[in-house]
Amino acid sequence: MTEWAQRLENPVSARLRDPATSGYAGMALGVFAAFLAIPPIQARTITWPIVVGIVAAVLGIWTVTRGRRRLGIGAIVAGIAGIGLGILATRSGVGNLNAVFNAALIGQMFAFSTPLVFGAIAGMFSERSGVVNIGLEGMMLMGAFWGVYGADKGGSWVVGLLVGAGAGALLALVYAYFAIHLRADQIVGGTAVNFLALGITGYFFFQLYHGNYVAQGVSTIPNIKIPWISGLHFLGPAIGNLNLMIWASFALVIVSYIVVFKTPIGLRIRACGEHPRAADTVGINVYAVRYGAVVLSGVLAAIGGVYLSDGFGGGAFTDNMTEGRGFIALAAMIFGNWRPFGAFGAALLFGFSSALAFRLQVYSASASTLFNVLPYVLTLIAVGGVIGRTVAPAADGKPYRKQ
Amino acid sequence: MTDLDPQGPIPETPEEEAETGALAARLALKQRAGGIVVPVMTALLAFMIGGVVVLATGHNPLLAYRDIFNGAGLNWIFHPTTNVANTAAYNLTQTLLQTTTLILCGLAVAFAFRCGMFNIGGQGQYFIGLYVANWIGVNFSGMNTVLHILLAVGAATLAGALWAGIAGFLKASVGAHEVISTIMLNWIAIWIGEWVFGDGGPLQNPDNKSVPISGDVADSAKLPVFWGDKQLQGLHVGFFVALAALVVFWLILNRTTLGYEVRAVGFNPDAAAYGGINVKKNLFRAMAISGAFAGLAGALDMLGYLYHFGVSDVPVSSVGFLGIAVALLGRNTAVGTGLGALLFGALLFGTTHGLTSNVIQPELAGNLTYMIQGLIVLFVGADVLILYVWNTRRKLRPRAKARPTEAAA
Repeated sequence: MTEWAQRLENPVSARLRDPATSGYAGMALGVFAAFLAIPPIQARTITWPIVVGIVAAVLGIWTVTRGRRRLGIGAIVAGIAGIGLGILATRSGVGNLNAVFNAALIGQMFAFSTPLVFGAIAGMFSERSGVVNIGLEGMMLMGAFWGVYGADKGGSWVVGLLVGAGAGALLALVYAYFAIHLRADQIVGGTAVNFLALGITGYFFFQLYHGNYVAQGVSTIPNIKIPWISGLHFLGPAIGNLNLMIWASFALVIVSYIVVFKTPIGLRIRACGEHPRAADTVGINVYAVRYGAVVLSGVLAAIGGVYLSDGFGGGAFTDNMTEGRGFIALAAMIFGNWRPFGAFGAALLFGFSSALAFRLQVYSASASTLFNVLPYVLTLIAVGGVIGRTVAPAADGKPYRKQ
Repeated sequence: MTDLDPQGPIPETPEEEAETGALAARLALKQRAGGIVVPVMTALLAFMIGGVVVLATGHNPLLAYRDIFNGAGLNWIFHPTTNVANTAAYNLTQTLLQTTTLILCGLAVAFAFRCGMFNIGGQGQYFIGLYVANWIGVNFSGMNTVLHILLAVGAATLAGALWAGIAGFLKASVGAHEVISTIMLNWIAIWIGEWVFGDGGPLQNPDNKSVPISGDVADSAKLPVFWGDKQLQGLHVGFFVALAALVVFWLILNRTTLGYEVRAVGFNPDAAAYGGINVKKNLFRAMAISGAFAGLAGALDMLGYLYHFGVSDVPVSSVGFLGIAVALLGRNTAVGTGLGALLFGALLFGTTHGLTSNVIQPELAGNLTYMIQGLIVLFVGADVLILYVWNTRRKLRPRAKARPTEAAA
């Protein structure tokens, strides 16, 4: 610990840690992104302006979540403008750009980021109460399978949503019992939850459906078509016909911000995550709060999973369907510094990256891979503290023992 | 996720220290508690719960487990033969192939554990070793066999060490939590695999650009097979390398200064620092050595029996994650890891390719393995259960001693 104190006093690292530095760096990078595609550098692919622009936007988000709001927003705008200008500049050179960059990409960004938003908010509730949730992936997978099962047998996507959420809650409850009551190591427990969910969903998928796609005609979560927007030129394809759960995820972010930071319940959750002993002293039932938070986490992650299979996937489940989305959600939560809007921003960014990777697949495999891997690389850089450190709740991952 | 809670209470007993303190301290206590009985009971409990699921879905669990036992070739001990035309003997060689990999992947987790870190990135380190071994194995085909194998294995091991070393470096330099960084490194390694073997990727077979699969390892880099046929995935000499690695693991930890320092850091980093041990250096070294074990596993698989790798193989592989269960069940000891690897190797092969059963389909049994794996990890993680057993045992012992004195009085 004293080493950290010394590091903090070190002037160079203090300057690196100052959010203003990342804000100015982000702005500079945003400008740089715009210039990448035009002479004298003249990058012929759109990859580079986008990468640099995204890095600029990331630095901006970072700066905002660390308190320098105006500077950060400036960097985000610079990054986005840099991407736009960079693309415009390469446009004449690359013919396929129109197919990749259009308004539908915005819609796809939301589609890809919604499971991440649910997962990241789920993780935030659990970790804010002091329980690390590596098992997000498993809880999401449970939602994905049992959600489709419920929609198939119950005849309605509402039933699917409830069944999926219930399955996620059940798995979360098992995890909560081991993590809270038995004080099991939470990383080990979360890893176990992921294996367990993989086994359970795979087993019952084969037992109930013989490993084939769930029967056609399963009731799926509907899209919301907004009549006066869907006809518009750009907004129409972008947000005119989004899935119900995408709108729900926006609402979730706002509600969870209010709950966590503006209500007594949120204060209790945060108290349990920062200093459970103090919370216990003033009469908060630490175990109850943590149970509630972990089960809520399971429900939200599972809803993200239901969206994945019964909304985004059109009512089809495949083995290990989440494919690491739970871990990207975890990354988004860390990247967003355990805050709802930070996590939302990171989830959108990672969703954009995935959507881009999906669309680029046809044109360039290597560019597609680059955007698939970007969330992980950015998170690695973030936890590496190159541009400032993430701050987890103080008691995150520590079992609490009543006295 | 900080290492030390400045506001936390000072633990008074080893049990309390173990419950609230560092992971390694908890594990050290677990090692004292209960000997081999607890892991065996853990495994039995997991198999029982798995059996309940099998029963609930209308299959006979006892017959299912018998078929898995036979599928893994463990019935070979009733009729030992070296002829692989015998199904049991063939299945056993395949189980031992998996065991080879799992021993090394287990050691990759166990070594970091002994330094107080959770290396969840065995899968990524394994992949990196696999890719490097494939690259060197496919190219340099004119080389001397021994040199070629040594070069491929050495480079892959080093690559695995470096890959894990990133997480170790981040942990040592800025305190980044190794769980998060190794998870990210896993996924980066997975996507690297999708890229290098994918269409137009650098390791894709240049003679067949239509499929996303690598070229075959040159004959000069293939490991000698000592049991079975090279064409039919015979058991290669890597098996002995894995066994030797168990011994090396034990020697490093228990007979060298390095091992002493690693264990000291794992048990209590502050005390180790006070005693003059460079904690950061040891965190990095332990992580790198962990990665070396996993990278070696990847190299042995590539040169021993896989020979080539494709994009579709990447998401299927889960040996690095199984290594977590192996190490935890084996309590991060050499002997335990060896036995754990045999159990999971048998499960891995016995529930999939080896299984011929009219009781349970391989697809179900394969997922049963994941469930059992999850349950084992879940139970092993709950050390309070084990502490409870250990404490009752300790409480009972003095009472048993006290009783005769009471009687005498």
